[in-house]
Amino acid sequence: MSDKHRKHASRYTSDRKIPGAFEGETVTRRRFMTGTTHAAGAIAAASFALPALGFAIGPIFKETPHKWETAGPTDMFPDNNYIPVVITLTPGIGEAGKTTVYVRKRNPSIDLEKPDSLNQYIAITSRCAHLGCPVRWVDAAERFICPCHGGVYDLLGRRVGGPPVRPLDRFYTRVVDGFVQIGARYSVNSELQRFSPRDPGEPIDGIGQYLYPSRPSIRR
Amino acid sequence: MPKLPAPPVPAALKAPPPRPGDGNGKATPLDHAAEAGISVVDWVDERTSLSGAARWMMFRKVPKGTNWFYTLGSATMFAFLSQAVTGVFLAMFYKPDPSGGAYESIRHVTNEVFLGQFVRGMHKWGSSVMVILVFLHMGRTFFFGAYKYPRELNWLIGVVLLILTMVMSFTGYLLPFDQRAYWATIVGVNINGTGPLLGPYLSDFLRGGPEFGAVTLSRFYAIHMMLVPGLIAALIGAHLYLVAKLGTTAPPWLKAEKNPELRKAKA
Ligand code: HEM
Ligand code: FES
Repeated sequence: MSDKHRKHASRYTSDRKIPGAFEGETVTRRRFMTGTTHAAGAIAAASFALPALGFAIGPIFKETPHKWETAGPTDMFPDNNYIPVVITLTPGIGEAGKTTVYVRKRNPSIDLEKPDSLNQYIAITSRCAHLGCPVRWVDAAERFICPCHGGVYDLLGRRVGGPPVRPLDRFYTRVVDGFVQIGARYSVNSELQRFSPRDPGEPIDGIGQYLYPSRPSIRR
Repeated sequence: MPKLPAPPVPAALKAPPPRPGDGNGKATPLDHAAEAGISVVDWVDERTSLSGAARWMMFRKVPKGTNWFYTLGSATMFAFLSQAVTGVFLAMFYKPDPSGGAYESIRHVTNEVFLGQFVRGMHKWGSSVMVILVFLHMGRTFFFGAYKYPRELNWLIGVVLLILTMVMSFTGYLLPFDQRAYWATIVGVNINGTGPLLGPYLSDFLRGGPEFGAVTLSRFYAIHMMLVPGLIAALIGAHLYLVAKLGTTAPPWLKAEKNPELRKAKA
């Protein structure tokens, strides 16, 4: 038993008549042994538990690299209708790593955000902002429609019906040698201002941008 | 020593069986053979004293009025054991390969392996059976008031078992890696993400990155076939220990006997 809490006449083991006490010794050898054994056990457990834990949660902090991907020649994309393009989000896993992006040319009469070198072409994700099902651009209705829970978005990707919490995400675009290229994804709030990419289901208007912070794994 | 069938002799003519104690006191090889089972158990028990624990677990007093609803916990446990056994054999064929191998290995089990469709079916339908049984068992303990003192801790262990059962269902659903599995997992991970503050990190943890990626499937597989089953097995052990330690509750409709004389006589 630990004698830590026992009241002793003196702190010194020699005063307490413990056999073989050294001069000035205050920690009993039994307590010292108990302490070292516990410490050794803790070090042994930590030496496998901490690396394993770090390994498991590491991906949260690792930024994934991103490549620009060519979508097609500039004259392929009108400014009043979307053309679907398939790009690879995650290389090396075949079909599961691909996603559809809807691309059109920027149209100054409807796209009111400030023009810059990264939005001359508008690239809208097919990932629903509700929970991530694939939305489809329905030309006749001029709407993006989600098959899962009835999310509906307008031509600019803004929600007009159903449960989604923000507009559809977009991708940066640029033009290189007459070809449109698609870059990293970003999220937009209901005024179509840019934010670091969020997962579906995370609102970013008002307090939402703080409740659902941008993550180190995909921050740009 | 093999014995021939006795001829159909009238009872009066039959030789009487030997009296006990008539033998010469030596055990014949036949006697040894007949008692082989007992000797093995004795040998183990002498070295482990396990029979005491087994008796403590199995020969418990149960309250009057114990009924079929009390079997729901054991039914859940057998559903778990069935999942564990069928799962181990499915794992011998399954490949957690997102670029087509996972789907192909499941297709192979279903269409080509002997009894593969049957064992996969047991695992697939058994998962729903287990979830239904967990809830029925939880309903039983709730409506019988079995969560009250001194069994609160067993209720808490039960809640953790319920959550782990749900984790099993969620991670197992991805493994066939068909369209339904893929999109259900996308949606499920994103539901995790809608938890404020920690949600986005939780979904990154589940996917092993910001997008559904190369490691997501193997993560789910490792959680599904190693991490969570181990935890469930250990917690079932603790759950059953407490059941044996505390005894089970009497059904709520049984009233305590008021007459002190009768109470003594009945005890
Ligand atoms: C993997 C899931 C589970 C297994 C294998 C399991 C197994 C068992 C078994 C075999 C018993 C004894 C027989 C019986 O009373 O039915 C029992 C009792 C009990 N279980 Fe569970 N259980 C599970 C989940 C749960 C859950 C989700 C709860 C509630 C949240 C729960 C709460 C209890 C309580 C309070 C008792 C004591 C009953 C009494 O004393 O009368 N268990 N469990
Ligand atoms: S995922 Fe699109 S509406 Fe729910």
